[in-house]
Amino acid sequence: MKNIYLSSYLAIKEVIRNRVRFLMVALVIALITLLVLFIAALGEGLSNANRQYVANLDAQLIVFLEKSDFSITASRLETNTVKAVRRVEGVADAGPIHTSNSEIVSLPEPLKISVLGVEAERPGMPLLIEGRQFRGGEAREAVMDRSVALRTGLAVGDEIEIRSTQGTEDRFYDLKIVGLVEEQAYFFQPTIFVPPATWELIRPQSASDLESDTPYPNIIAVKLTDPASTEEMRLRLTNQISNIEVANIQTTINNIPGYTAQQGTVQTQGAFTLLIGVLVIGGFFQIQILQKIPQIGVLKAIGSSNLVVGLSAVIQIIVVTAIGVGIGAMLNYLFSLGLPPTIPLEFNGMRSVIAILLLLLIGPLGGLVSIIYAIRIEPLKALRLG
Amino acid sequence: MSNVALEVRDLVKSFTVDGLTINAVDNVSFKIRSGEFVALVGPSGSGKTTLLSIMAALLTPTSGQVLIDGVDLASMNERLRVKLRREKIGFTFQSNNLIPFLTAQENVEFMLRLNGRVDHASRLRSGELLARLGLQDRLHNLPGQMSGGQQQRVAIARALIHQPAVVLADEPTASLDTERALQVVETFAHLIHENNRAGIIVTHDLRMCQFVDRVLQMQDGKLVRQYKTRDEIRDLVRGSVH
Repeated sequence: MKNIYLSSYLAIKEVIRNRVRFLMVALVIALITLLVLFIAALGEGLSNANRQYVANLDAQLIVFLEKSDFSITASRLETNTVKAVRRVEGVADAGPIHTSNSEIVSLPEPLKISVLGVEAERPGMPLLIEGRQFRGGEAREAVMDRSVALRTGLAVGDEIEIRSTQGTEDRFYDLKIVGLVEEQAYFFQPTIFVPPATWELIRPQSASDLESDTPYPNIIAVKLTDPASTEEMRLRLTNQISNIEVANIQTTINNIPGYTAQQGTVQTQGAFTLLIGVLVIGGFFQIQILQKIPQIGVLKAIGSSNLVVGLSAVIQIIVVTAIGVGIGAMLNYLFSLGLPPTIPLEFNGMRSVIAILLLLLIGPLGGLVSIIYAIRIEPLKALRLG
Repeated sequence: MSNVALEVRDLVKSFTVDGLTINAVDNVSFKIRSGEFVALVGPSGSGKTTLLSIMAALLTPTSGQVLIDGVDLASMNERLRVKLRREKIGFTFQSNNLIPFLTAQENVEFMLRLNGRVDHASRLRSGELLARLGLQDRLHNLPGQMSGGQQQRVAIARALIHQPAVVLADEPTASLDTERALQVVETFAHLIHENNRAGIIVTHDLRMCQFVDRVLQMQDGKLVRQYKTRDEIRDLVRGSVH
């Protein structure tokens, strides 16, 4: 305890008396923090924009067409597969999910959106936070994600016009917004949900597709009676129903086109930024220790233990790093306030928390060499007595 | 008769340079009592600083013994040697004496903090000691805001504040002009006597010896002569002046 007190006393006094120098270092750490958190937020934002809908599904398994490699866009199932899945023992419920893209044109700036066809009250349909569920059939009603509302100012009760290229013609459909859900971005686009029949009517399709009015789902979201039995149920579904393959939610997310590559890139950027942080902080504290050799020599000669000297260096590094990370996090927060919703940055994800914890660790990690160096300084040589 | 604070017995320190063994300290023995202020003199390379380093428990001898307050340094492990330096020894060095980010008073009090003895009374004592050394207006100054002489006086206060058995000073006046150097050593001598500590000052400037009780002269690692009486010391100082 006495050692901690002494070490803290030395560390804090030095930081206070050399506050300009240490503030400069803290600002460098703050800039690194800003960059790391920015990359983490970008990763979180891109990740959410891509997978949010799938990640928030009230389901444990996803059924794909066999040999589709768990790719949602490559999978297209028979309509009776949904009923077959629902009949399998252990399945609480199952809902078809139809995916496509479109554009809201009844706005000053047209907005590209994901159009998801789902059945109300079934897996695949998110929980409403406002309004009501759409009616089935071709009621031309839609539920929109809050991200659509934030970008466009649309509200429940408003009508929107959708443009859809069908065959060689652009066709326009009016939809009434009847409900609101949140955190349902899919494939980097804000989302609207419509019933399968409406989806089939309004989705972009080729001339040959126009001859059919049957909505074939891309995938089926499966809710299990026992959510823990995913592996067992995956095998059971595959064995009992032909021409399908089944994946859990994480596998489905990882197979969203570009998701893994994109996240790998962002994480590599983040890791390199952290590495640069370690080197910068390590370099600074190493230079600082080299400048302090005579001072450390005096401390040891007059009876300070290695523990006090080493602990003092550790505490100093932690204090300066914490101040730097604190300033960086604050700058980041201020920065986030001014960003438009079109930029996929999310500062409140687990990644940001992990990034902050890692940033707090890079100080001591970077300073490790200098701490070891400080402990090994011999007072005799430091004071040039030997 | 005062007790023996420091005893050096048959001390040898050898170094091997290019296959050649050199005795930097060669069979040196002496005792210093509490309240006695001794100068260790000799030309450069005579082994003064090596001897001081061994007495300070910073260097291990090749053979022989150093006893501080009757305890043999050879019997101590590194942890006990650190404890001994903290509790029983006071130091001043040629330069870089003070912790640059602590004020004069904080530098002095740091010895008390190291020994877990800092309280209101000890703070008053450190202030008084610095005032005795003429630094009453410099208590809250950082070392960088003080002259070399003032810094040396702060170092002297730090060396004495925790009432060590032995105070060791390695060329404490090397960076000072003669007038300031004489003032510093005179004050040092007064405080050693007043506080009944054993003091050793290493110096190559024989004029500093006028304030000490005994002079040990070294040459080629050996203790070649002792000047014990006031007359002998006066003659030594005069000889250096002329």
